[in-house]
Order: sequence, then C-alpha cells, then structure tokens
Amino acid sequence: MNYLHDDKIKFFEEKANKIRESIIEMLVEAGSGHTAGPLDMADIFTVLFFHTLKHNPKKPDWPERDRLVLSNGHICPVLYSTMAHAGYFLVEELKTLRKFGSRLQGHPHRDFLPMLETSSGPLGSGLSQAVGMALADKIDHGLTSERRIYAFLSDGEQECGQTWEAAMLAGKEKLHNLIAVIDRNNIQIDGYTENIMPLESLSDKWRAWNWHVIEIDGHNMEEIADAFETAKAIFGKPTVIIAHTIAGKGVREFERDYRWHGKPPNKEEGEMAINELRTLGGKIKSEHE
Amino acid sequence: MPINPDLKLNTKMFDEKVEQVPIRQGFGEGLLEAGEKNMQVVGLCADLTESTKMNLFADKFPNRFIQVGVAEQNLASVASGLAAMGKIPFISSYAMFSPGRNWEQIRTTICYNNRPVKIVGSHAGISVGPDGGTHQAIEDITITRVLPRMVVLSPCDAIEAKKATLVSVDTGTPVYLRLAREKTPIMTTVVTPFELGKAQIFWQSTKPQVGIVATGALLHKALVAAKELEEKGTEVEVMNLTTIKPLDEKAIIEFAKNTGKIITVEEHQIRGGMGSAVAECLVKNFPVPMEFIGVDDQFGQSGTPEELIEYYGMGTNSIIQAVNKILKR
Repeated sequence: MNYLHDDKIKFFEEKANKIRESIIEMLVEAGSGHTAGPLDMADIFTVLFFHTLKHNPKKPDWPERDRLVLSNGHICPVLYSTMAHAGYFLVEELKTLRKFGSRLQGHPHRDFLPMLETSSGPLGSGLSQAVGMALADKIDHGLTSERRIYAFLSDGEQECGQTWEAAMLAGKEKLHNLIAVIDRNNIQIDGYTENIMPLESLSDKWRAWNWHVIEIDGHNMEEIADAFETAKAIFGKPTVIIAHTIAGKGVREFERDYRWHGKPPNKEEGEMAINELRTLGGKIKSEHE
Repeated sequence: MPINPDLKLNTKMFDEKVEQVPIRQGFGEGLLEAGEKNMQVVGLCADLTESTKMNLFADKFPNRFIQVGVAEQNLASVASGLAAMGKIPFISSYAMFSPGRNWEQIRTTICYNNRPVKIVGSHAGISVGPDGGTHQAIEDITITRVLPRMVVLSPCDAIEAKKATLVSVDTGTPVYLRLAREKTPIMTTVVTPFELGKAQIFWQSTKPQVGIVATGALLHKALVAAKELEEKGTEVEVMNLTTIKPLDEKAIIEFAKNTGKIITVEEHQIRGGMGSAVAECLVKNFPVPMEFIGVDDQFGQSGTPEELIEYYGMGTNSIIQAVNKILKR
C-alpha cells in the first residue's frame, strides 16, 4: 500500500535535506560529535516526526503522545535537528550543541532538556526502557491502546547482551505497541560491523525472539512510511524495522566510511557538505554560485 | 534499662528466645500493603520471586508483576521505562546481582534519568552463609550511596523493613533497600516511629564513653555488646542508622559530641560503606577517634551465618574489643 503522495515525498526530501544541513552546521560549531549516524537517519526521523509520530511540539508533555526512545544517544544531532525543524525549539539553538550550559548535551540528558523521553548514551539500554514503557501502557490500557513506543537502536548495539534481554521480554509479553528501528549502516567506531562482530542474520535473530521483522531501504520515504504503518497493524508481537542505510548518507565524501562514525566535519569539510546538500549533489545550481 | 523508652522497642530483644524473622519478609509484606494502597506500584523480579519475598505481591497482583528472567540489566532499565509512564516499580533480586551486576544501568537509566525505581537487594551481607562468597554482597552500600539522587535504606529487622518499603513508595527518588536472608532478632515494634533520614538512639546512657553506630541486623550485636559492657561498668550509646543516605548529619555530629569516640558496625566492606559515610561527616564537622567493624578487604566463604560473622570480626566480642581499644586512644 502506498501511504504517500508525490508532493508529500518531495516535502519529506526537502525537510530531510534541511535537517542534514543543520546537522552539519551544529557539528562544525561543536567541534566534536558523530556525523555518519545522524546523517543516515535523517530520512527516517523526517517521516517519523512529520508523518507517523503522535506528538505535539507545542505541548511536549501531552499525555497521549507516543514515546520515542533514542537508545544510541550518540546520534542525538539528528534528534535535536529534527525536533528543532518540527518546532520544539528554535533552529538557532542547535548551534549550542555540546557547549557548557546548553540544553543540547553531547548525549541526551533530560535534566537539561526535559522534553526528551530518556537520557541516553551508554549503548544497549534503550530497548529495555521502551519495553518498560510499552508494558506500562499495556497495564493501563490493555490491548486496545493506540499509543506506540518507538525505540531507535544502532546496529553496533546489537552486540550488547542487554539488547537481547529486552528483545526476549518484549517477545514474551507480545508487546504489539512496541516498534524498534535498527539503523543498519554497517559501521561502528572501530570499523565495519561484520569485521568487529558479525551480526547477520539480524532478521533471523529477531524473528527467533518472536518479533515481526520488516526490512527496508532507510532512504526510501515510501518504504519508511509503509513500514511504520505495517508495524502499527501487527498484533500479538512487537515489530522491528531493520533499516538498511548508507552511513553518512547525503554527503558523498562521508558515505560508507566508518571513520565518520565518531568525528565532526571541520570548517572546510562542513562548507563542502552544506554545498553538496544545497545543490542536491550538484543536481541544481548552488545559491552561492 | 537504658533502652530508649520513647521508641517503644521490643522489650524482649535480649531474651534467649527473642522472635526472629528474616528482614526480607518485612519487605514482602510491605510491598503487598503498598500494592493495595497504590495502584501505580508494580513489581519486577529476575527469577528470585520467592527468595526475595516478592511472591506475596506477585500472587495478589499478577497483572502488576513482571517476571524478566535472569536478566538484571534488563530488570533495571525496564523499570526505568515503567517509571517514565508514572509507575512506581520495585525491582528485586539478590544484592550481588542488583545493584551488583546492573550498576551502570542503575546509574544511567534510573539515577541520571531521574526515575523513581526502588532497587531491592536481598541476601546482602556475609550472613547469606552456605552459598559462599559469590552470593555475599558486601560492596552494595558503597556502590549505591555514591549515586546522586539515590536514597539508601538498610533496615535492622523485618518490622522496620516493612516501614522502609512503605516509605520508599512516596520518595519520588530512586531508593536502594538493603535486605538480608537469615532470620534475625526483632528489635522494633509496629509502633516504633520510623522516619526516612532520621537516625535513632536505641541504647542510651547518661555519661557515655563511646558511641556505636550500627546498621542492619548487626544492630542487635551492638545492643548485646552495650548491655554486656554496661554490666562491666563501661557506658556506651547505640544508634540505629537505617537511612545511610541522605545521612542524618545533625544526629551523627550530636552523637559524636556526646560520646567523644565512635565505632561503626555494618555487615559490609569497611571501605566505602556506612562507616565511611559517618567518617566523611565527622572528619569535616567534628573529628573524633573512630573504629570500623566490617569486612576488612576480603571476600566471604561458605559457613553458617554465625561462624562467618565471628570469623570476619563482626560479632559481639569484636564490638566489645573495639570499644576497649578505642577507650585507650
């Protein structure tokens, strides 16, 4: 089923591009942080915040809202950037990332930005927290609840034992209100995942714990939106969306190179990246030309 | 009798046949009552439901009980998620595994995240006995009291454990509740006042030469030592320190001023434990000579609780010896 019209897809693509530009700008300004993951999750975050998620940027503590748990806290630039573009706070504030006193801590911290659902950073514990939220919703509202709990995980943290403890419990409890999304970008800080610790077959592993598994191209807006809708329709088990992404997506010089996992662009690299994003990879004339 | 009359303590606490109940039993009964009073209370356990006495709650409220299996890291973080949705989760396991194995999850997903999860560590201390050193948590006070926002409670008997459990529900903070496995003497009564953050003097003296601060079931050894010392003409006072954090600094400073010498007694490593907390307070505010009763940088082993308490120097005789030693300082 196709949930999106062409004009909506175009809107998403432009929005994702803006979110990527902000990611580059904030990382250059911060002088530290992670580049690849935030860039490659920009498309999925765009669809989530501008289409799928039940939320209210003007009323972040709206009790009826869905919940979003970012387990791989190090990709917070994409979360902050998307939140800003969705209207949670001014885009200008993104430039305070990682600075003393900023609400935008190097890894997400609720003390500084209470509209975050969790503080995170140490890998492997986000899915457990999302499981707890889904259990609470099930206790309070039973099987008819429309609320969904979204947990974002990296592929590297599939190496954490706790991820599997949580997956087991969610399968046991048949948490249909829980949707996990794995950023399958194949890189982690020390190298390519299959060299560091082979993860495949990821889908077989999740299926074994009684999860419904969907695999998508994480840069195809239609596939992203469809996967979320399918996940909402699945009953009797949790859903994991394995999103195949290109690490550093959007800036060719950064793409597929694990060395961009944990470092920011410098000023020149940032200007190059912004130019590439603004010209859609040279497809249109730069506004600076 | 220098038992503090205001506290309405168990008058039979020195009888040979003093009533003995496991401290964990008090928790089980307290959680059951908390579950009846507050619908938001939920219980989670990592395959030790009966051992930790959470079965009383689980049997009565199966819809509010979650069995996570042998997965203590998940136990802590799932509870954080439940608390994020307004629940008041109690998580139970052996103290060695929670807060032992899952310390980082407790730090990040509970304390850093500011979620009011109650961590119930049963089978704390060396008196776990025959199971041996792997199962004897004697580092748990250190690793919990160092965490910002954490309240650390170490009740002295089953009756106090029940009160501590009920008080934990409403703190709005993470709490570590330290429990023990063995049957231990009942020192308090249902009418003994209990207030979080307040130390209480159980054994009084008009002219004390030494002050003993004890926590957990070893408080009884300290009281027996005080009684024996009094019979031999040495006067001491004994304080029950249930709330290790936040520390009742005012009461401890006052205690040091009145007694002049302090001995701490705990079933825990000396380094970093309750004695260290008392020392941190006194060194800064009113330094006095101190002695520390506890495990001295060792691991435990199999044996009966009494054998182990004696061997590791935490029995009544060890306390009396420490008093005699500090009197010469």
